[in-house]
Amino acid sequence: MNRRTILKAAVFPVPAIILSAGPVHAMHISEGILPLPWAALWFAVALPFVAWGLRDLRRFDREVPFAKPLIGLVGAAVFIISCMPVPVPTAGTCSHPCGTGLAAVFIGPALTVLVSSVALVLQALFLAHGGLSTLGADIVSMGVAGAFSGYGIYRLAGRIGVPWYAALFLAGLVSDWATYAVTSFQLASALAAPGSTGQMFGAVAIAFMPTQIPLGVFEGFLCVGAYRFVKARRPEVLMALGGGAV
Amino acid sequence: MRKIMRVFAAVIVFSLLAAGASADEEKWAGVDEVVVKKIAREANRPGAEPLIPLEGDAALFAFLIAGATGGFVGGYYYRELFSRKRKE
Repeated sequence: MNRRTILKAAVFPVPAIILSAGPVHAMHISEGILPLPWAALWFAVALPFVAWGLRDLRRFDREVPFAKPLIGLVGAAVFIISCMPVPVPTAGTCSHPCGTGLAAVFIGPALTVLVSSVALVLQALFLAHGGLSTLGADIVSMGVAGAFSGYGIYRLAGRIGVPWYAALFLAGLVSDWATYAVTSFQLASALAAPGSTGQMFGAVAIAFMPTQIPLGVFEGFLCVGAYRFVKARRPEVLMALGGGAV
Repeated sequence: MRKIMRVFAAVIVFSLLAAGASADEEKWAGVDEVVVKKIAREANRPGAEPLIPLEGDAALFAFLIAGATGGFVGGYYYRELFSRKRKE
């Protein structure tokens, strides 16, 4: 390992430390907020996707030559991004992007659910960010909804001939907004008085908007930047992943 | 594209500076405080203590360690994926 490599490895965490050095509060539903039956329901919804991710891990490892470092890098990125508080001047509040749209483009949606689950467990255990009882709900909103919506729009955009950068931007944007839309639904369905679920869903979603509309745009640019970096630096990674959708 | 990235970087730097300047005014609450927990409190579900409650600067410490660990893991795999190629 030469001196330059050591220097790069040492410098890499600096932005992560600066950006994540503070308690972060965003879409993760905290411990005890959801009533037990709802928490159990969201675990039941999340588990098949996690199992799918585990099965996909073996396939990915078999088929993609640099699967391990790619999954490791994407997993670390999801962990850091999803506990990185970003101040949004237009709203005067902080929230975090999710990174799941970006992850889904590189490693697929099922594996993204898996890495999101690992990130969420660590955050719930050691950072008081999210909760163990609400883990299922958080996996569904950030992992499942974020990954599948981002990946879905990316593939769709590729098929209809949208340029790669626009498809990537949409992947980031839609995954972020879908995550917060599902969080709004989870809160509304569990906490609203009978008959007012729709009303509460609208109220929660509108409350998220001033922060999440700009953050979704941020996440879109993040996706484009990361993809462009890989495309310029190591295009064979994208070729091994099927050349990307676009 | 380079121009867009510059504007984007400027927005991030501005946001961070603005956050720092406003720290004394107790601004920049997280959306979980102003949205999720507010809704939960109104619905009489104020939530429970996390498994490991982090008070005061312990939270800063935990997030600092998490950021450093995540950064080192990312750096390690980044080197595997990108730097090794240049040597070959």
